[in-house]
Amino acid sequence: MKRMDLQQLLAGNKFLVDDEEHHIKLHKEICAGCQAKPCVYACPAGLYVLKNGEISFDDAGCLECGTCRVICSHSGAIDWKYPRGTFGVIYRYG
Amino acid sequence: MAEDKFTAIIVGAGPAGSTAAYLMAQAGLEVLLIERGETPGSKNMFGGRMYSNALNHIIPRFWEEAPLQRPVVKEILSFISGSHSVSVTCQEPGWLEPPAHSFTVLRAEFDAWLAGKAEEAGAILACGIRVDDVLMENGRVIGVRAGEDEIYADVVVAADGANSLLTEKAGLRKALLPGQVATGAKQLIELPADTISQRFQLEANQGAACLYVGSCTGGLPGGGFLYTNQTSISLGLVVNAAALQSNQIKINELLEDFKAHPQIAPLIADGQVAEYSAHLVPEAGLNMRPKLFGEGILVAGDAAGLVINLGFMVRGMDLAIASGAAAAQTIMAAQAKNDFTRQGLSGYLEFLKQNGVWTAMETYRHAPEFLDNRRIYEAYPQLITDLAVDVFTINDRPPEHMLNKILNGIRNSNIGWAGLAGDAWKGGRSL
Repeated sequence: MKRMDLQQLLAGNKFLVDDEEHHIKLHKEICAGCQAKPCVYACPAGLYVLKNGEISFDDAGCLECGTCRVICSHSGAIDWKYPRGTFGVIYRYG
Repeated sequence: MAEDKFTAIIVGAGPAGSTAAYLMAQAGLEVLLIERGETPGSKNMFGGRMYSNALNHIIPRFWEEAPLQRPVVKEILSFISGSHSVSVTCQEPGWLEPPAHSFTVLRAEFDAWLAGKAEEAGAILACGIRVDDVLMENGRVIGVRAGEDEIYADVVVAADGANSLLTEKAGLRKALLPGQVATGAKQLIELPADTISQRFQLEANQGAACLYVGSCTGGLPGGGFLYTNQTSISLGLVVNAAALQSNQIKINELLEDFKAHPQIAPLIADGQVAEYSAHLVPEAGLNMRPKLFGEGILVAGDAAGLVINLGFMVRGMDLAIASGAAAAQTIMAAQAKNDFTRQGLSGYLEFLKQNGVWTAMETYRHAPEFLDNRRIYEAYPQLITDLAVDVFTINDRPPEHMLNKILNGIRNSNIGWAGLAGDAWKGGRSL
């Protein structure tokens, strides 16, 4: 099988994107003080991207696993909730 | 207000929550089962196999009606080092005899079925609702809040999964630590049923369960898994979150490497990826358990950390189902005495012991410490595969007896005799 990137992998998933409420919010001023930025590597959907030394993040494509919430070592940097009812990833197989 | 109050609100229509709701509704209790997904199962994923024993106690002959994939007849454990691998295969046709020892499962269809059973039994199933918090009064849980709505009950069951926000809000557990959980990532790869049976040397509709230890996780604590479904393969990796936190390794890249490994590539060739999913796995066993019950609240399934990983065997769904049953028994006993205090719910542990969940957790309580040992993921797979390759290779070197090969192999590894003896002793006692 051909190697697949995350964009291709996530394109096969079903999502109901919530345009009104973001379920994960970053406090970028706290992130600015974080050297390691483990979220950039640990997120299995690769949603934390480093641009010019700053984290950019979009919760569309989130698999709602909670890894970022657990591995973030700067308390308060990530406000983490599950998406509102019905929104977010919809696993058709699981 | 009294008629608006449920006996139990169960948060999360996964295996633990739906089992609890099913049994309580059968006994005539007023039960509300709340699920944030648009349908039960739409937020859930796992590796791919459920052991049958627990569910068969609750819904005898469940396999006649439940949506299942394949009964597992073949177990394969592989050690991987670079492009080398050594596998042990165990085939036992007896595992197919009813109720069948274990089944591969897809959670979207299975969880929807089990929640449907709870609904059929009389539970109210409310989907598409996110529970935001527990409602407290005088230090006691009296219900839940979902947006503007407040819903009351004598008792709340937190069955909201590994990343359980509810147990934290209820003060039953602190925030999870990276070392206590792993991240699992999986690709669902579609293939024709016959192709799967041929590639895994299976009779039609029988299944294989494969676990992989070694360089598939880049030497990090964790492992690979592969389960055969009817017309798809569940292929994935699980890596400890503390290792992901400190190693700048991306699990999706590891998974693509794994797909290209000579042992895996031919098994999935020409397949189509239909879904990519990820989830946390509780890994620390009893070392991460929350308070299992409090004033007006119980915790079940992954939320209670009820997972056992022995490296060659992973159990979660059966423990979730059994803990859901224990939660139901506890609440029914509490209702008989009209006592939903901490004291009134304290029989939960006894019910968990009776149905084997607690005994299993206690038996394997030291497994997480044993498996937190880099030698298992690097040095041992290398030693085993190097030895096996040597044993099966003929070349110009003078022949050597097996014992010398083994002694030299151990001498040349970084493990050392003391390390080997210590690991063997600890492994034998903890797994």
